[in-house]
Amino acid sequence: MLVHSLFFYFFSSIVVFSAIMVIISRNTVYSVFFLISVFVSTSILFIMIGAEFLGMIMLIVYVGAVAVLFLFVVMMLNITEQISKKPIRKGIFNNISVGSIVAAIIFLELLIVIAGWKYKGTFVSLSNLDLSSNISNTHALGSVLYTEYIHLFQISGMILLVAMIGAITLTFSRKENIKRQNYFDQIKREKSSGVSLVEVERSKGIKLDE
Amino acid sequence: MNEIGLGHYLTLGAIIFTIGIVGIFLNRKNVIIILMSIELLLLAVNINLVSFSIYLQNLVGQVFTMFILTVAAAEAAVGLAIIVIYYKNKGSINVEHINSLKG
Repeated sequence: MLVHSLFFYFFSSIVVFSAIMVIISRNTVYSVFFLISVFVSTSILFIMIGAEFLGMIMLIVYVGAVAVLFLFVVMMLNITEQISKKPIRKGIFNNISVGSIVAAIIFLELLIVIAGWKYKGTFVSLSNLDLSSNISNTHALGSVLYTEYIHLFQISGMILLVAMIGAITLTFSRKENIKRQNYFDQIKREKSSGVSLVEVERSKGIKLDE
Repeated sequence: MNEIGLGHYLTLGAIIFTIGIVGIFLNRKNVIIILMSIELLLLAVNINLVSFSIYLQNLVGQVFTMFILTVAAAEAAVGLAIIVIYYKNKGSINVEHINSLKG
């Protein structure tokens, strides 16, 4: 148990430190790297308490997709600020008064809820979706996800589809001054509009393209 | 103190949630940090759900964590697309310059 607590304190301190550095570091690229650190440490915590599948999915989805997406956008947009000695941004403490009040209120509320939880330990009735020790976490999750939550699963797939279409449509830009194929014009072209029979008089010729 | 229980994980989630909220308030430079703060908030929610799922020996929390993961990925994609197109139009994603709506 001592090893467990040591690991927990080690990784959770990494998570908290990196999360603080995400919001106060001056360079946005550093923020993204600290965000990756938060995600990796959190997935290690998940794996440690027995949610292996979610830990691995966190690594794949967050570090492999979301953080890389952030990194791409940060590097694509030219938003580097002036280089100075201090890694902390200037003018960062403008809104800290209101922000700290709101944050303190929310943190105290959460702590009250957490502290009061143990008095309500029997409040939640367990359903029959147990965590069994015989089968692995991935197996158990799959057997629940594809049977009882299949509709939610498919709706989440639809959400991903809509997000993909939305992102493509937002960032898609059609360039002007480029000749392109127009499929509809090509397909709806018919014989009557493309071909015409003309009687040509002898030794007169005809002028096309009028 | 040596025994790591539910309360420790919930406290960690609360700390990360608070840091995310502070990040939204603190940031006046660019919108990407605000998006990252929202990711931190969702991460805190995920930590809560997973720790309760393990504590109660109930799998539903992990199932819903997967759905939150999906929504977080979709939200990041659409938000970053909006940021890219905003930068293309206005040339800046500084939070103080985003005042077209006079909000």
